[in-house]
Amino acid sequence: MYTQSATIDDVTAVDVAGLTKSYRSKTATTKAVDGLDLRIEIGEIFALLGPNGAGKSTAIEILEGYRNRDSGEVTVLGVDPEKGDAGWRARIGIVLQSTKDLTELTVVESLATFASFYPRPRPIDEVLDLVGLTDHPNQRGSQLSGGLRRRLDVGLGIVGRPELLFLDEPTTGFDPEARRHFWSMIEGLRAEGTTILLTTHYLDEAEALADRVGVINNGNLIALDTPRGLGGRGTALATVSYRNANGQLVEIETATPTQVVRELAAANPGELSELKVTRPSLEDTYLAMIGLEMIGRERE
Amino acid sequence: MSELRVSFIAICAARIRAELKSFFRQREAVVFTMGFPLILLVLFGSIFGSQDEIVPGTPFVNYFVAGMLGASIMTSSFQNLAITIAMERDAGLLKRLRGTPMPKSAFFIGKIGVVTVVSVCSLFLMLACGVLFFDLELPVDAKHWAVFAMVYVLGITACTLCGIAFSSVPKNGQSAPAMVSPIAIVLQFISGVFFVYSEVPSWLQNIGAVFPLKWMCQGLRYAFLPDGAKVREVTGGWELSRIALVLGVWIVLGLLWSLRSFRWRNRADG
Repeated sequence: MYTQSATIDDVTAVDVAGLTKSYRSKTATTKAVDGLDLRIEIGEIFALLGPNGAGKSTAIEILEGYRNRDSGEVTVLGVDPEKGDAGWRARIGIVLQSTKDLTELTVVESLATFASFYPRPRPIDEVLDLVGLTDHPNQRGSQLSGGLRRRLDVGLGIVGRPELLFLDEPTTGFDPEARRHFWSMIEGLRAEGTTILLTTHYLDEAEALADRVGVINNGNLIALDTPRGLGGRGTALATVSYRNANGQLVEIETATPTQVVRELAAANPGELSELKVTRPSLEDTYLAMIGLEMIGRERE
Repeated sequence: MSELRVSFIAICAARIRAELKSFFRQREAVVFTMGFPLILLVLFGSIFGSQDEIVPGTPFVNYFVAGMLGASIMTSSFQNLAITIAMERDAGLLKRLRGTPMPKSAFFIGKIGVVTVVSVCSLFLMLACGVLFFDLELPVDAKHWAVFAMVYVLGITACTLCGIAFSSVPKNGQSAPAMVSPIAIVLQFISGVFFVYSEVPSWLQNIGAVFPLKWMCQGLRYAFLPDGAKVREVTGGWELSRIALVLGVWIVLGLLWSLRSFRWRNRADG
């Protein structure tokens, strides 16, 4: 069969330059990806954010080798995905969006089947443990709840010990505890050196996991930064708010919130009602960014 | 870094195991693919049982049992695959597999594995039923057994390839049974399963003669009926080499068709 090629250390995990892809129907041509540039380093956890229809899925499916591009340069682990062979596929792991297959096989049977495709698979028990399915090894796919099914999807994605893992909305349907468990699993994969490209609609997830986030809209990267720095969050003004004696909400925007609180404390000997210091959350920043884009698009 | 090899045989074995488990755990699939032909055999066999003979000493029920063997070969392969692959494509299994290093051929070998097991089980049950209840006589000599084997191998290959190809025709998995089953049932009416082929109107004969089932049934009649029954064939002979030729052409057509039409993703996914 195929042999697994040695990893070359000096390549980037993902290198995309000028990527374009359009879909043609009888009536119109839609540009799904329009000149995307992106670099993801080995060992990095990268979150790609963006509204539905922004071109996220198309871009990722091109990286995964599912779709051909119209133009641009793409390498994934040093290989053009359009020419990726089995040896290349053994080095990547793909967790697709919602699936409903493998209904008749048990969790262990599905994992064992997929493990046979890879040259150095993880032991099944280890996968069960990593994704939190140790209590359900003999349940069939059809009997798993949405969240447990998703864990099986992730398990199938990591059973081959991928160097690069694509996670497309991996925690949809998870309860908060399962999500925390998932986050710690991702930390474990990071510790092993796995590069991860994650898409998610949960911005707290991107903030907790990602080294960098990219925001994609209209087929283009509109922002690229660390979660803390995105959209100038790091330097944005803080808001100090409290309710005064008359019951009115007071909000003070400031670059020096500590000083403001100190002054407030000095001026008010008692407790200040509902005192809060906030900075824009990733979600606020993201929504503002997407909102501006949307408005911009309508003007065009 | 040491070179690590993956065993193709181990992958195929894993795929066949997964296919067999998936098939036999799906009660509807088992009933539809293996039970239904058996029920038809018993039902129509009992109804036709005492009716007229096709040649003196050979009741029509023997003609019918031979035809049902052909129909069960088609059901185990064509109908089974055209429906299950369409459903698996819709459910995302094919796309998931395509994203792994599994060689594409291993998927088809898994399908061939399940079709082989299902069709052999099905034929065995039908033969047992035919011998026990309807006085079916097994092939009389090695040549008749060999023709039975030839019809089985060529017929199942042609029907498997056509089933793989046809799985891309229904728009989605849900509509697959409704598109595939009527074709199979109509073919059974005009290919010499439920009625004596030479007695259906000639324009229907002509349509039936285009498809593999008619030729499979004819070959099976050679294998299971006395030689004298050939007077009831359209040409008055068994036409063994033409049977092989037509099935061979269908194998080539089925292969080309499936190579052209096979898709790993459903249509909604582009």
